[in-house]
Amino acid sequence: MTELRKRGAVPVPDSTDGDNISDKEAEGVDTEAECEGDKADTPDVPPSSADNTPECITKALEGLPPRWKNYVIRGILSMAMISGFFFIIYFGPITLILTVMTIQIKCFHEIITIGYRVYRSYELPWFRTLSWYFLICVNYFFYGETLADYFGALVQREEPLQFLSRYHRFISFALYLAGFCMFVLSLVKKHYRLQFYMFAWTHVTLLLVVTQSHLVIQNLFEGMIWFIVPISIVICNDIMAYLFGFFFGRTPLIKLSPKKTWEGFIGGFFSTVVFGFILAYLLSQVQYFVCPVGYNSESNSFTIECEPSSIFELQEYTLPTALHNILGWETVQLYPFQIHSIFLSSFGSLIGPFGGFFASGFKRAFKIKDFANTIPGHGGIMDRFDCQYLMATFVHVYIGSFIRGPNPSKVLQQLLLLQPEQQLSIFHNLHSHLRERGLLPPPQA
Amino acid sequence: MTELRHRGAKDEEPTLEQQASEDKGSDSELKAEKDGMSDTESKPDTGVPEVPVPADDTPEVLNKALSGLSSRWKNWWVRGILTLAMISFFFLIIYLGPIVLMMIVLIVQIKCFQEIITIGYSVYHSYHLPWFRTLSWYFLLCVNYFFYGETVTDYFFTLVQREEPLRILSKYHRFISFALYLTGFCMFVLSLVKKHYRLQFYMFGWTHVTLLIVVTQSHLIIHNLFEGMIWFIVPISSVICNDIMAYMFGFFFGRTPLIKLSPKKTWEGFIGGLFATIVFCALLAYVMAGYRYFVCPVEFNNDLNSFQVDCEPSELFQLQDYALPSVLQSLTGWSTVKLYPFQIHSIALSSFASIVGPFGGFFASGFKRAFKIKDFANTIPGHGGIMDRFDCQYLMATFVNVYIASFIRGPNPTKVIQQLMALRTDQQLHIFNALKVHLIEKGLLPALEEIIA
Repeated sequence: MTELRKRGAVPVPDSTDGDNISDKEAEGVDTEAECEGDKADTPDVPPSSADNTPECITKALEGLPPRWKNYVIRGILSMAMISGFFFIIYFGPITLILTVMTIQIKCFHEIITIGYRVYRSYELPWFRTLSWYFLICVNYFFYGETLADYFGALVQREEPLQFLSRYHRFISFALYLAGFCMFVLSLVKKHYRLQFYMFAWTHVTLLLVVTQSHLVIQNLFEGMIWFIVPISIVICNDIMAYLFGFFFGRTPLIKLSPKKTWEGFIGGFFSTVVFGFILAYLLSQVQYFVCPVGYNSESNSFTIECEPSSIFELQEYTLPTALHNILGWETVQLYPFQIHSIFLSSFGSLIGPFGGFFASGFKRAFKIKDFANTIPGHGGIMDRFDCQYLMATFVHVYIGSFIRGPNPSKVLQQLLLLQPEQQLSIFHNLHSHLRERGLLPPPQA
Repeated sequence: MTELRHRGAKDEEPTLEQQASEDKGSDSELKAEKDGMSDTESKPDTGVPEVPVPADDTPEVLNKALSGLSSRWKNWWVRGILTLAMISFFFLIIYLGPIVLMMIVLIVQIKCFQEIITIGYSVYHSYHLPWFRTLSWYFLLCVNYFFYGETVTDYFFTLVQREEPLRILSKYHRFISFALYLTGFCMFVLSLVKKHYRLQFYMFGWTHVTLLIVVTQSHLIIHNLFEGMIWFIVPISSVICNDIMAYMFGFFFGRTPLIKLSPKKTWEGFIGGLFATIVFCALLAYVMAGYRYFVCPVEFNNDLNSFQVDCEPSELFQLQDYALPSVLQSLTGWSTVKLYPFQIHSIALSSFASIVGPFGGFFASGFKRAFKIKDFANTIPGHGGIMDRFDCQYLMATFVNVYIASFIRGPNPTKVIQQLMALRTDQQLHIFNALKVHLIEKGLLPALEEIIA
């Protein structure tokens, strides 16, 4: 029980902060108002402000004043995270998937830990088991769907995998139901409301965190560029908005986050669009980033090799006359992907911050400073990834609507599952369709 | 503001006099908390708010007719009459056809959503956050738009392709739905008010969980309906039958309590309900499998611009011989019995409804106990709200949908064609060749040369 509290954040017993009441105080106030064992709805989460900075950095920065020390730590950790990002990109898709999964589990853990503290449900041990069980179920469901799509050939080969894949939805549903029934059976008389709150908390967290992380993985399979460019855009927007706000910031943006300013917002927007544009240009040339991740059944490994699709081939665009006069160029060679990147960066700069405001509002609502204390100077993993979630969903929907059609292997898979008469009729339809298009030789006389 | 309070739960003033000690009205409780707590920030987030108990909603005519009986019998009579009324209503809408059924499902869904959201408002005293009601209904609209769009695109494919605006809406459907949802999300973030953050987040979470439970399941019901009305009628009837039978068995033979959550349920009722429901369902399946109206998938006829329910019944709905196990053979003297394969499936469905379905009911009971409400609302006299009647149905609807997808039907051929036509031509060629090889292997196509000729 106590180990879970320590894992996420170390609660400080005597907090001097004004609006953070310790557990005992809150308990004292609340027991007056109720006659039941059910805990109050307004407990305050103990602050998780213990310092997690490694010893070596603290020693090296002893001389500096605390404000500068904070900046340097943040700066160093930012560099470390960005290098880490490059590192795992280099290692390839499998590592990326594992990293996404690790981050997802950590984010889930952080949010659930906050939920436990808010509702003081330490003494309901079933609940931790059930939350993790639901996480496993939902992950199993999503990974099964992804794997069945992309590793079709491998799955068909192995007999147990084939069975699991055919009845995948049923098995996932049965697993979820088992968890649901366990929840109902675990309802304890005086703690109904608490348990329902934790149930809902778990489900909303699953909805937000787990579904989005699977969308990230699906984007990744489209081509690593669809993973790298959106994430870089959000990171760049964060940093640029911060810098612009630092140097030019004057007008506050929103009451929720008093540090954000309009100057930072607009400056960040323009610089992110430019940055995204340039990054798209650089990455579109490399096949490693541009090709969909395919699984090679023979060599049993991932292959990233293909004929780049038309959006990653240079095309001529005529400049509008205004720019034509300024620059003296008539046409310019661009990748169509760069046009798409403008849309992605605009979304990342304009709507992405709303994810950050949501997280700020959440932290204010539950009176926590940071989600956890995993990254020194920055807070928890969730603090870094709050803007990414909306972005991941947007990129997924964008790809689905504007870029790719349906997945051909999936269509083939479905075709093979149909009844023979249906297959025959589709075959004939397709035959005449292709013949019309001139792709098949006409019937010989 | 006040009209919403009245819609879900009647005035608090009369109940205050009746049940002053247990269920306090929200106003008096707020005052008590103002005195008790000094922390001004936590005032809107109260400890154990009580939801006012709904007043009696029985129509006058029934009241007069039953005025002579004692109150216990009166309650049973009201429940009995309303049960019969609901069952007749069910038959009526089945008779009227798929469109009416879909509309009824939509209305039930909206009412359930409203009931649960009203409880949320009462629990969190968020009447004075007017944005919130708008946002909750807006999210309901978005999710419904998304789901209906997907269903309509699947089943009315040709109609959609014909009309230009519909085609664009259908092609960018996901993007449009996402944009609508995002607007709601941004409105939520902009509507966060300084002292009410927690309340607002709670209501946001409450709305989303309700949407997840109520709206997604109602769309699964509509999907089941399109498979064939029998997949809608038999599951719902199993749940209703299980409810009634478990009640009867419990009433006559009930002794051992089943679960602490619902003290009125007994093991005898549970087991008796299980067997009775299986038998009832097998009989119902036998009766219904003979009619095309129930068995055929619902299709939209483009020429007539109407729904038609006419087809060649699939082999599930054709009588087959089953050899009886020798035990039963010696008992009944028959060697084989003619059954519809669907009846075997109905055994699986009714077992689920009797064994796992009640957990949905326990969940709802736990929910009501957690928030100290007797019923979800007071829409149906004697029974409570719509949610009270439909709580067991939700798990059933999801189960039937998953069951159909896993064991009964394959993918939808129209959808496959749709996706096929959306592919690039080189991908189409590739699939064409793969399909050709597959069909030739299966012997469904003559040898290669003859096709080209």
